[in-house]
Amino acid sequence: MEKYSINVIPNNSESSRKRMTSLPIRQTVNLISIFILLFSISLQAQTKTIEVCSSCKVKTIKEGVTLAKNGDTILVKKGIYKETQIFINKTIHLIGEDYPIIDAENKTDSVFAIKADNFSISGFKFKNIGISYTKEIAAVFVSHSNNFTIKDNILEDVFYGFIIQRSKYGVIQNNKIIGQAKSEASSGNGVHVWKCEKLRIEQNTISGMRDGIYLEFVNNSFVSNNTSKGNIRYGLHFMFSNNNEYHHNEFKNNGAGVAVMFSKFIKMHHNTFHYNWGTASYGLLLKEINDAEIHDNVFEQNTTGINIDGCNRINYKNNHFIRNGWALKFTGGCYTNIFEFNNFMHNAFDLSYNSRLNDNKFEANYWSEYTGYDIDKNGIGDVPFRPVKLFSYIVNKTPETLVLLRSLFVEIINFSEKVSPIFTPDNLMDVKPLMKPINPLD
Amino acid sequence: MLKILKYSIYDLLRSRWSYVYFIFYLLIGFVLLFLNNDINKAVITLMNIIIVLTPLIGTIFGVMYYYNSKEFTELLLAQPIKRNKIFMGQYIGISLSLTLSLVLGLGIPFVLYGLFRSTAIFDFSLLILVGSFLNFIFVALAYNIALSTENKIKGFGYAILMWLFLAVIYDGLFMISLMLFNEYPLDNFSLIATMFNPIDLSRILILLKLDISALLGYTGAVFKDFFGTNKGFFLSFLVLCLWIIIPLFRMSRKLRKKDF
Amino acid sequence: MINIKNLHKKFEKLTVLDGLDLTINKGGISAILGPNGSGKTTLIKCLLGMVIPNKGDILLDEENVLKKWDYRNNLNYLPQIANFPSNLSVIELIKMVKNLRPKESNEQELIDLFGLNEFLNKKLGNLSGGTKQKVNIVLTFMFDSQLVILDEPTTGLDPIALIHLKKLIKKEKEKGKTILITTHIMSFVDEMADEIVFLLDGKIYFKGSVDKLKKQTNETDLEHSIATLMS
Repeated sequence: MEKYSINVIPNNSESSRKRMTSLPIRQTVNLISIFILLFSISLQAQTKTIEVCSSCKVKTIKEGVTLAKNGDTILVKKGIYKETQIFINKTIHLIGEDYPIIDAENKTDSVFAIKADNFSISGFKFKNIGISYTKEIAAVFVSHSNNFTIKDNILEDVFYGFIIQRSKYGVIQNNKIIGQAKSEASSGNGVHVWKCEKLRIEQNTISGMRDGIYLEFVNNSFVSNNTSKGNIRYGLHFMFSNNNEYHHNEFKNNGAGVAVMFSKFIKMHHNTFHYNWGTASYGLLLKEINDAEIHDNVFEQNTTGINIDGCNRINYKNNHFIRNGWALKFTGGCYTNIFEFNNFMHNAFDLSYNSRLNDNKFEANYWSEYTGYDIDKNGIGDVPFRPVKLFSYIVNKTPETLVLLRSLFVEIINFSEKVSPIFTPDNLMDVKPLMKPINPLD
Repeated sequence: MLKILKYSIYDLLRSRWSYVYFIFYLLIGFVLLFLNNDINKAVITLMNIIIVLTPLIGTIFGVMYYYNSKEFTELLLAQPIKRNKIFMGQYIGISLSLTLSLVLGLGIPFVLYGLFRSTAIFDFSLLILVGSFLNFIFVALAYNIALSTENKIKGFGYAILMWLFLAVIYDGLFMISLMLFNEYPLDNFSLIATMFNPIDLSRILILLKLDISALLGYTGAVFKDFFGTNKGFFLSFLVLCLWIIIPLFRMSRKLRKKDF
Repeated sequence: MINIKNLHKKFEKLTVLDGLDLTINKGGISAILGPNGSGKTTLIKCLLGMVIPNKGDILLDEENVLKKWDYRNNLNYLPQIANFPSNLSVIELIKMVKNLRPKESNEQELIDLFGLNEFLNKKLGNLSGGTKQKVNIVLTFMFDSQLVILDEPTTGLDPIALIHLKKLIKKEKEKGKTILITTHIMSFVDEMADEIVFLLDGKIYFKGSVDKLKKQTNETDLEHSIATLMS
């Protein structure tokens, strides 16, 4: 298609070529370069800074944007700006000074709607973005844009924080998004990304939204050093997104935890998932994830540390599972996953397994429930550890029996199963249980 | 009654067994904290101990005291005191001294390890409260058994059997019925079955406060709805009180006809 | 003083008291005798309210005492087996019983009499059987009550203590007290008792003075008279 059009162009512009032929080619090249030089100088001379404030000549941001040309900076001074529907389709830099407040007064329109490259927005405080059941309304709505930066903003009581669509090479950094979500239907996501590539979402703090960060069809991106807490659904929600890496994030107190679904080649490391308590909560939900690396994460006090559903070829290493209800819960067919050098400490159940077959490898982990001995003092217990308890098996069949948790009867049947396993997978055991935890946290 | 109570406590506070019990709890407290060094974790481990051992010790202690002080009781019976008061005095005496051992035995190590600066203080207090209730309940049950059984060996046997039933067998039957009838909605059944066993009731009360309720899934939600509210909380303590009052009521009825 | 009417008591299938009627007048020492299992102790325990009769009435000074407890304030009882809480000391026990009966008491006199001063601070668990019985006697006699019931009072006593006990009983009798004694020592009965009540098969088989009994059985010796009664 492209080749064809190239062939066509010369034929169409024959008249212009005839005019140009009177000049020698060398001269033409010179002339063009001078022209470009001149143009670029004039362009530079034209970039300006437009100041916006209540006592300035330009009183509204919208007016500033209208006046601005490519490359201009709009400096918005402290004050309250009651504006929405500011459309931007040029390369401009919006800078807030001392956090000017943009109050959308709960109108059902986004504040900024942007379709431009190389723009930036920083230093604003957005308030009262209206809630709609039909439209996606955000403080900043970006689509079809490349190389943009959105940073250092504060968002309060917003429906959606940022919506980014069909864009590339964007940076969303150091923003603070605070929502007051009450129900899933009447709330939006903090950072909502759809069909994007090569984004960096980092150092943001997001709370009280539906999902803290939502990524769908997003590839080759980094999510790092964010804090996502107290969101009513997921801290991070991740679907159909391959080759991403997320690390050093903190996910705390979210309604359901973090969900990573239908994705390949994901790296997850140095994240903290904690206090995700609720009847259907988990630290991390993995659904149909293949070929991932999960290492150096902390899962503490979640109902379920990791809920693993149909995931294959994942390496779990150096993770800490501390005081969860279930550290690991397998709910679908999972094959050739490797768990090694993890700490399982004080979980009500270390492992819940849905089948009697096992194709996953558990080796050289530390299990706080391990009661074996180490005669040769090599740091590895001499008897294997079986992480699936009989009670866990019974609970899998009849969840109601969980009310007997920690009853003496349960301890007794667990013990008898440990001595001679009948119901739990025969080969599911750690043959080299560690005597001491790996890299203790404190 | 207060006089009897006073002398029973006086007698018990000098008994070797009170100290054994006290030192036992003291050791458990220190060992737990030494191994865990984290009050929150120690509280959870402690729950298992309290749920299982407090009833057992209460039962044994109650039966033992009854049979050992039989002659003394007869001496008291010849004094101008109501029968009921003699036994109530003794009963409260044993329960209180056991509770005292529990509170001090566990309280001292936990306070030394900084309980008051810890968030676990409420959980710990609940644990102690439930432990005290279990003391009172199981001493009452033990006294009932002892009053109804002249033979000391038989009395001990029945008392241990009673403990074994409530601590282990009951839960076994409970689990089997849950598994057998798992097509039916079982939440109310579970709730009621829990109420009928003071050990289960205490266990659930503590579990829910330790916020393991989320583990319990849907049934947990039903339990949380019930126990989590103030109403449910008070109701379950009311049931625990009934577990004390009903045995005591039976005891006083039994006493009206009992020959010594 | 004591008026017992138609008293019945069954322990499961075993009938112990079978329509017993007994009147004991104020003042004097009555010995309740009978073979083992004749219902002596049961009768006393009924009187004390420790055993609940199936049928019948017990009146003390014209007042029905069944299911009551405050009448025991005017009653002293010496139990058969003196077994006290082993963790208390002698003085603590005495204080305690005093505490339970807010009534005048003369324990010091008795302590001196039985030479218990050196044992006052000893734990009851460490005392010999005889010393325990002495403590038992002190506890019984330290109060001034109209009715005194002694169940095998001589158990474990050395001769000197026995002499003291006899004196004590006589002194009480002189004060006009009513005293009931059960014992198997016939010489003690012969020496002390004004009246003998002989129980057999849950009924009063004989009631009267020692002389009357001897006369009725044509024996000169009390032991033999009793043996004759039993056969």
